[in-house]
Formats: sequence, structure tokens, C-alpha cells
Amino acid sequence: MSNPIPVKIVVAGGFAVGKTTFVGSMSDIDPLTTEANMTKASETVDNLGDATTKKGTTVAMDFGRVALGDELVLYVFGTPGQDRFHFMWDELVRGAIGAVVLVDTNRLDDCFPAIDYMEQAGVPFVVGINAFDGVLRHHPDDVREALDIPDYIPIMVTDARHKAAVRDAVIGLVRHAMAMASTGAQA
Amino acid sequence: MTSEETERSAFTVRPYTVTRGRTRTDVDLALETMVKASETGMNPPGSIMHESRQILTMAENALSVAEVSAHLKVPLQVAKVLIGDLVESGHLATHALTDSSPDERPDLRLLERVLDGLQTL
Repeated sequence: MSNPIPVKIVVAGGFAVGKTTFVGSMSDIDPLTTEANMTKASETVDNLGDATTKKGTTVAMDFGRVALGDELVLYVFGTPGQDRFHFMWDELVRGAIGAVVLVDTNRLDDCFPAIDYMEQAGVPFVVGINAFDGVLRHHPDDVREALDIPDYIPIMVTDARHKAAVRDAVIGLVRHAMAMASTGAQA
Repeated sequence: MTSEETERSAFTVRPYTVTRGRTRTDVDLALETMVKASETGMNPPGSIMHESRQILTMAENALSVAEVSAHLKVPLQVAKVLIGDLVESGHLATHALTDSSPDERPDLRLLERVLDGLQTL
């Protein structure tokens, strides 16, 4: 692999919804962590509440990589959990294929900030219901209604712990991104 | 010092010391931009900074900006400044998506290749 082309997807969702597990299941390597400092510039564009007064706020992002043949490398980035770290999201979604927004049906509200962000930023995204313990507690149609997700956005059932399930969710995202790209529509 | 601050002080020197206080680089680097040591980068001068030498060693095989930050245990901005310097001095070569700016999403042809790759996993 001399000069592989890097591509990227983002895994978003609320705190402890399984983002890092998802990253790990997809990755060829143990997930790595990169940290970013909040800069002055990001303070002005983000609603940070109390965080603005704290010097040197640091946010950690987990990520993994998976080789797709010899010519492509897919990076999978987990978003920081808390809303106040949205300043990193612009960088995370920049040039990304799109995002998988993970949902825990017991805490549906937690995914609203991620969905709002992806919609507003025009990032192709799919919703992945993380079926903890392999149990699907709510039907995807109910989740669609509860989250007010338009019909053209796929809602899939996944399991962050299992490579095949995670891969299928990513395949769903790539297909959705292709549909968006070919119609020229906004996600 | 809060526990959060204590926790992130994994590096022994203050991180921006190695960038001489700089937090930005003129080189456009995305998280996933890959860097690889050039021929000159494989044989850097003895005067080169320790951290820069570490980057060149790990970049003998292409790796991303985010990986450099993770392996070096420095914040992303610090990694970008150090990488930017090495790109400008010709020690590192970058490659991102071919023929497109880092702001653009992958085109349909590239997405098809990604899909093919995923289906063989």
C-alpha cells in the first residue's frame, strides 16, 4: 500500500451509545485517540455555555482505520459525546462520505443534536439503531416517527459489537451517500 | 488543576513548546490527510527536532494526520503545525482525495470503489 487514498466516515450519537465500540468493530487496528484543543476561533461560532470560560478545553476523539483493498483506507471517527464539543464536528465531517448516527432507543433524545447537526450541515447520514444485547426494543418505524426522520434517510438496525452488522451499516451509509450524490440532493 | 486537566497532561513538555507557540499551519491538512516521508525525509538533518524526527520515522509508511497526533500523543493542532513544517521543508509529502479539495465529498466513482471494498470485508 504505497499511496492509498483516505476516505472517512463519522460515527455520531449521544454519550455512551456505542460509538467507540462501533469504531473498534470496524477497525483493523485498536482504536486510537486524538485530542484537540478548543481554539479562540471555535469559541465564537459555537454555543459552549460554561465551557467558554474554561481555558484549554480538550476534546478526545476515537478513531480506527480499515484497509479497503490496496488503494483505499477508510477512517472511522467517533464524535465527542457532549454537545459542547460541537466545535470539532465541522472538522470531522469535512470531506466525509457521511455519518452513521447511532441511537439507543431507551434514550432517543440523546441523538437529536447529532441529527440536527448533520441535517443543517448537509452531511449524508443514516440512523443506526444500536440493538444492545441483540434486542430490538422499538420498531424502526416507531423510531422514524419519534425522531421525525424523512423517508429517504435509511434507518437500520445494527449492533456495534459485531463486525458484520457494523459493516452493513456502513454499506448502508455509502449507498445512501451515492444516492445523494447522484441526485444532487442535499442530505 | 481539575482532574480533566491532569488527565490530559500525558506529554511531559507543554505541547505548544515544540511549535514555538504556533497553533496553525498554512498547509491544508484534514484529519485523514495522509503523509509519507519523502526521500529527503528518510534522511533528515541531525539538527531536526526530536518530534519531527519521530514523525518522519512513523511516516515511512503513509499514515494520517490523526494517527500522527495519536501516536505522538500531542493535540491535533500541534501535530498539524509539526506536519505543516515538514511539508513545507519537503520532508513529508501529503495526499488526500485525488483531484478534489478536502472540503469536497467523495464523488460517485470513489464511493463505488468504497462500496466494493466494504463488500469484500
